[in-house]
Amino acid sequence: MATPVQYILHLYKRFGFGISLEEAKLLKSKKLGEIVNELFNASIVSTGLVSVAIDSIPKAKDAMTEGMNKKDLNKMITTYSESLNTDWIKQLVNTKAVVREKQTLFWHNHFACRLRNPYLVQELNNIHRKFAFANFRELLFNVSKSAAMLQFLNNQQNKKMHPNENFARELMELFTLGRGNYTEQDVKESARAFTGWSFNKDTFEYEFKEKQHDFDKKTFLGREGNFAGEDIINIIMDQRLTAYFLCKKMYAYYVNDVVDEKRVKELADFYYMNAYDTDKLLRKIALSDWFYAPQNVGNKIKAPIDFLVTLNRQFNIEYESNSTLIIIQRSLGQLLFYPPNVAGWPGGKSWINSSTLMLRLRLPSMLLNSGVIDMEAEDDDPDDGIMAMTKSAYKNYKTQVNWEKIISEYKNAELNDVASVLLGSELETNLKSVIQTNTGSTKELILKLISLPHYQLY
Amino acid sequence: MDRRDFLKQSSLASGYFMIPSFLKPLETLGINPSGKKNLIVIQFSGGNDGLNTVIPYTNDMYYKLRKNIGIKKEEVLTLDKELGLNPAMAAFKGLYDQGYVTILNNVGYPNPDRSHFRSMDIWQSASSGKDYVSTGWLGRYLDSQCHSPYEGIEIDTNLSLALRGKKLSGIATKNAGQLYEETKAPYFDSVTSYLKPEMLNEDNLGYLYKTMLSTTSSAKYIYETQKTYKNTFEYPNTEFAKELKTISTFINSGLNTSVYYVSLASFDTHVGQLNKQQNLLMQYSEGIAALVNDLKANNKFDDTLILTFSEFGRRVEENASGGTDHGTASNMFIIGSQLKKNGIFNEAPDLVNLVDGDLKHHIDFRQVYATVLDNWLKADSTVILKERFVNLNFV
Repeated sequence: MATPVQYILHLYKRFGFGISLEEAKLLKSKKLGEIVNELFNASIVSTGLVSVAIDSIPKAKDAMTEGMNKKDLNKMITTYSESLNTDWIKQLVNTKAVVREKQTLFWHNHFACRLRNPYLVQELNNIHRKFAFANFRELLFNVSKSAAMLQFLNNQQNKKMHPNENFARELMELFTLGRGNYTEQDVKESARAFTGWSFNKDTFEYEFKEKQHDFDKKTFLGREGNFAGEDIINIIMDQRLTAYFLCKKMYAYYVNDVVDEKRVKELADFYYMNAYDTDKLLRKIALSDWFYAPQNVGNKIKAPIDFLVTLNRQFNIEYESNSTLIIIQRSLGQLLFYPPNVAGWPGGKSWINSSTLMLRLRLPSMLLNSGVIDMEAEDDDPDDGIMAMTKSAYKNYKTQVNWEKIISEYKNAELNDVASVLLGSELETNLKSVIQTNTGSTKELILKLISLPHYQLY
Repeated sequence: MDRRDFLKQSSLASGYFMIPSFLKPLETLGINPSGKKNLIVIQFSGGNDGLNTVIPYTNDMYYKLRKNIGIKKEEVLTLDKELGLNPAMAAFKGLYDQGYVTILNNVGYPNPDRSHFRSMDIWQSASSGKDYVSTGWLGRYLDSQCHSPYEGIEIDTNLSLALRGKKLSGIATKNAGQLYEETKAPYFDSVTSYLKPEMLNEDNLGYLYKTMLSTTSSAKYIYETQKTYKNTFEYPNTEFAKELKTISTFINSGLNTSVYYVSLASFDTHVGQLNKQQNLLMQYSEGIAALVNDLKANNKFDDTLILTFSEFGRRVEENASGGTDHGTASNMFIIGSQLKKNGIFNEAPDLVNLVDGDLKHHIDFRQVYATVLDNWLKADSTVILKERFVNLNFV
């Protein structure tokens, strides 16, 4: 049984960053199951980022003895942070393992972390990628024991005599159970269980500091025992609420901002029964008929990264300077590796305000027509790496685009087809005539389509 | 907000799309622009060292802990028996002497966070520090009291969290002409011209259209209004002063905006603090003095309140590099002619009873916000801050 092209387009938009009309048409004779399999199988390989080496950035005191001053060190950190960021963008644009990257972006936001040291966040990102489809327990253990998370959530300061609750609180509030499903006492007790979880300052490997650990009895979510951190995570994983919390978030990410409780509950039961197997869960969503229902198609607002990556995949834009990629992310409100706080980017409608929308509407034409935008980078505080880039350096956007290739791809296609590949929601009839009026060339038609608000949806 | 409210309230009603002309003069409806209250919020980014801004020049502990970067007693611009201003702030001192300044000491919040970005997040969202709030305190003010993006303007290219609401966010611009140019594409006009009111629904596409329309009409309104006023007042030659001049142009032209927001950056003085901070404080002080005089000359100062904050103060003890590290509580300035209590509002910092080397806070910054919201902007602070705070009645 053949699969409607509309299904293929939707599947690839949501579980990847789009597909060309030509490729979609090649797939349509296959069954949906085969298409989903092929898409997921392309993501079996995990390619980690290697922009920063473990010893790339000297410790502050070593840098000083080597004659580097604080300014040089900051500059070095900024350079590495920028490479890490743009290397990931390029991987997102070029990879065939799109589902893996899409899910890595999900975990990047779920386990949001922002640190000065780009090596640590790179390694956390590689954990998100490597365990993107693994069972969630395995991912959670690896994240919780990563130097990045231990440092970001202050578990280095979590000691028997002075417990620090930051990690324990966020573990439950943001990573697993969600607010209201545990008590302040649960936070206190579990923080004690995580005392002594630490990392080696040279190797950045996890280290358990026995002397700092509180071995006494704890009461957590109604159970009693001399719990260690591992026990706490296992108890959390035993809660069905954890599966519900995660499925709700993934439903919003892949399907619809407006959550259908009935579907989420079904997914949560499935996820729980399948030991938090994320691969199975995502395939289940991609194979469900409701995923393709009209109310779930073309209605999500692209995150800035989806917007940028999709645009680049569609038009193969070459940038004269990597910093253009940084400035776009910043201006649109989503700079990779710089989430606003541990809760991540709120997403949905919050991407859009008066300042971001006009830029989002203008950006496609600017980038594809070598336009120049006068957009100054903010002079933010210097502790935040690339947030501190100087103002004057990034006034111009310079790009190269092979229009001949783009035109040959679209010139014989129907407006409806072009629109359904490039846009999220369908074009209203009146709008079609607005677009077709005075539009002489394929190039102009494409520019008009991607400058529509519809292009902000997928 | 339903569609009818939207049409009535939004700047869509400014009338150059397809809305009946009787709704056109919305921007001037109801409110007398000359009596309109303005709030200007100035953010010191990077964590300003409050102790070298308002200096406890008679406190021996200050000189003991700041052997290298302590400001000498004879250089301090004396305010009272305990406190004085940084010598770079002579212009600001002039405002103080005229009774236009309230200095709040020891402002902060419980369990202070020393990360720039988290602490700024807390100040801008007015969260308790335990919660992650994705809207700003002024954004929620816009949600509750305003109808158009232009009612909250940030002089910047990006919009801060502070001005982001759930339904309505402010607008960021450094240049009204450029903002207008960006929205003025004939193609966008032809796209919006085919819209029908029922298309402005609650779906995401409807939301995009609504934002597009309100941005376009806000940009046009800002541009055309500010154009009517030629600002010839002389300001210092700094970027910050230029931004303040943009604000005064907006205010003097009668723009119907409640909140203005602007930042001055680079206060993160870990190294070689003295010159860096003095340079910034001089920019601030001279810029603000020019702004106040400009507004006074246009009879707008009585309707303006200026609030200055930073995400945290700095460690009481200096570090080994002639600088200071991230700290906690610090001072805030309130500037205006309608102050109920001017001068130094509360006790000077206690440099003896510290927590981990940092000052304890005595005023929660949300009390300051609540006072401004309730007494100045005539809003309901309990709705906006989601909690009741003791009003400080400085205005």
